[in-house]
Amino acid sequence: MVSFTPTEDQQLLVDTIRRYADKNIRPAAHDVDEAEAPDMDVIQAGWQLGLIPSALPEELGGFGDMSAISGAMIAEELAFGDLSVAMHLLAPSLLAYPVTLFGTAAQRESLLPAFLEEEFTAATAAFLEPGMMFDPRAMQTTATPSGDGVKLNGVKACVPLADESRALLVYARNAESGDIEAYIVPDDTPGLLIQEREKLMGLRALPTFRVKFEDAQVPVSAKLGGAVGIDIQTILNRQNVALGALAVGVARAAFEYAREYAKERVQFGKAIAQNQSIAFMLAEMAIEVDATRLMVWESAWMLDQGQDATREAYLARQYADKMVLTVTDSGVQTLGGYGFIREYPAERWLRNGRGFPTFDGLAIL
Amino acid sequence: MTINFEIPENIQQAAQMVRYIAETTMRPYSRELDENEHARPTAFTEAMWPILSGQQQASLTKIEKQLEAQKNGDVAVKSDTKTRPSNHYLSMMYMVEILSWGDAGIYLCLPNSALGGFAVEAVGTPEQKLRLLRRFAEGEPSWGAMAMTEPNAGSDTSAIQTTAVFDEATNEWVLNGEKIFCTSGGLALDESDGLVIVWATVDRDAGRAGMKPFVVEAGTPGATVVKAEKKHGIRASDTVSIAFNDARIPADNVLGSPEVHTDKGTKGFKGAMATFDASRPLVASGALGIGRAAVEFVKEKFDEAGIEIPYGAPYHKLTAVQRDFMEMEAQLKAAYLLTLRSIVMLDEGTSNPLEASMAKVKAGKAITWVTQKAVELLGMMGYSREHLAEKWMRDAKINDIYEGTGQINTLIVARRLLGYTRNELA
Repeated sequence: MVSFTPTEDQQLLVDTIRRYADKNIRPAAHDVDEAEAPDMDVIQAGWQLGLIPSALPEELGGFGDMSAISGAMIAEELAFGDLSVAMHLLAPSLLAYPVTLFGTAAQRESLLPAFLEEEFTAATAAFLEPGMMFDPRAMQTTATPSGDGVKLNGVKACVPLADESRALLVYARNAESGDIEAYIVPDDTPGLLIQEREKLMGLRALPTFRVKFEDAQVPVSAKLGGAVGIDIQTILNRQNVALGALAVGVARAAFEYAREYAKERVQFGKAIAQNQSIAFMLAEMAIEVDATRLMVWESAWMLDQGQDATREAYLARQYADKMVLTVTDSGVQTLGGYGFIREYPAERWLRNGRGFPTFDGLAIL
Repeated sequence: MTINFEIPENIQQAAQMVRYIAETTMRPYSRELDENEHARPTAFTEAMWPILSGQQQASLTKIEKQLEAQKNGDVAVKSDTKTRPSNHYLSMMYMVEILSWGDAGIYLCLPNSALGGFAVEAVGTPEQKLRLLRRFAEGEPSWGAMAMTEPNAGSDTSAIQTTAVFDEATNEWVLNGEKIFCTSGGLALDESDGLVIVWATVDRDAGRAGMKPFVVEAGTPGATVVKAEKKHGIRASDTVSIAFNDARIPADNVLGSPEVHTDKGTKGFKGAMATFDASRPLVASGALGIGRAAVEFVKEKFDEAGIEIPYGAPYHKLTAVQRDFMEMEAQLKAAYLLTLRSIVMLDEGTSNPLEASMAKVKAGKAITWVTQKAVELLGMMGYSREHLAEKWMRDAKINDIYEGTGQINTLIVARRLLGYTRNELA
């Protein structure tokens, strides 16, 4: 039976995160953006919600709910709070979820319990590469078989929390087979060089780094999934859905703020929302946010059903990339001059929204 | 509840049957009926009449049983709406989508009570339903229609000038005025024993509160089809003007109360508006069918030309044509999902005017764009009347116009989002 009603548990989860977003994330969002530094109290409060453990396997102490739909709802609500905080809190999942999906028993047992701890446990993945024309299926970072393992070489970009993560999941192209593989690289691996922190248009409260690999040798046991390896298409599909959901959250924040502002702002003796030019812009924003959410949910549902969601996830991501730019831009436009002032949140949402087509590898579910 | 996008098996099976009807009685006649504007799609109507009249018969039998039970004082029999299957509108959505995929103009010639039936079902008494809808259950094919629009009353329906005056001497209503853009009006009045629901005012000073729906049956003297429109698209659909010159109808042919309740505001008008909650998602469903036809045709031609659609490739690696095609698919998907949501809400019995208008706005605009893009991508194959792409583009456009233009529906969405009345956001 077709239905768009979340389960009671999902609704409870959404309500909980929304309260956290309203109470903790949003009041701090402006300041952390200006300071270009996270508020660790906010991050710790978010960690306490246990979002990542809920997806981890039961036999390791998690709740075993690796539902893409739940993941999409979590991502939307967090991003509604703030995208930097959302990506900070979810950075550990960039390692934890692929390990849950593809890891060998030994990899799961050695890596996953860390994410059940009380204190925020940083982890990350190195996926994106610098420059134009990034193609996840033709990565420049290589894994060259060498001795009992591989040597990693190349440069990764936009790696969140690289400086504090105990391990990085590094995606690389096998120099011999051409396959895209993932390697678990401990932070003390020789040849792993964490470069200076990046300065970005948005995501300013999220520390991201260039990461260099110069003949970084890792053993064969570091290859995620062992001899079987990973299915990169599944990874890409789950990234696309996660990024789509985050985009919906950012866009919804921009829409709701613009709507309330337009009702309060009086010019020419009436609320500016009483002009069709403004009201229609708001209506378009709402329609597109809803449409995108439904596309994200549909592809998430397909993932949960075990269907091939490649097409749907890809179309949803493309749609979301465009939608979030249009909606956040309309948000700035609705506020007029105030939209341009950093004291107001609209311009931050536009800066964050613009990044989505580039954010490959920055989220997964 | 849980989020689920699975279309039930029985609807998928029914869809296969409807697709067969579309492939055999619609597509083969699409071009011919488009070129011969006022010809009738007889293959289609003959195929559909036994099915639709059977459904109408079943619905009337149910009403008869209820009346019987009421007479016997048996209150345990559930009303019609409560026994309705919970995926009633979802089935309709799929049927409308596939029939429009077949041919949107021919689809509008479905031999049934149509929008007229909507009104009778919504506000008619059981006795009125039995008396008025019987013609759609037996005999020769019959059509129902709704006449609201007038030359000076389009989106602003409250501006209608057609009057209904009660003649106590003969116990009749007397209608005067002119209605335009009435879908299947000629089929209903001139070519079958059908009926038209005519919106008229019993009190011009009362505004919306004075507007009432009246049933004008075929053969009513003074009700004359005066013009058959020539249109941009959906040419197979019958669109007419009807003149009313002292057209007399029985007293019992008014739907709902004939009283003007100015204090209660706009009950009759609201009754008309409430039918939009169902009709707008269904119009959106029709748009989806045209959009899918265009997308499938382009895909077929791409396949023949060896143009692949590489889902998952980086955006910068896509050609302009691949990007266009994917955008067509994404727009169609977005419109489909918004429509599906508003339809599911109908089946769940949840109030959906916001979602219905959202779906209508999106589907009207998206499918207009999708079909225009299809003509462009196909080059001469798109522009030539040798193929149907150009026709689908012409057929698509009406979806952003009727059942509330894109702008009127956007206005409704905006008012609902902002919590504004019609006075606060005009």
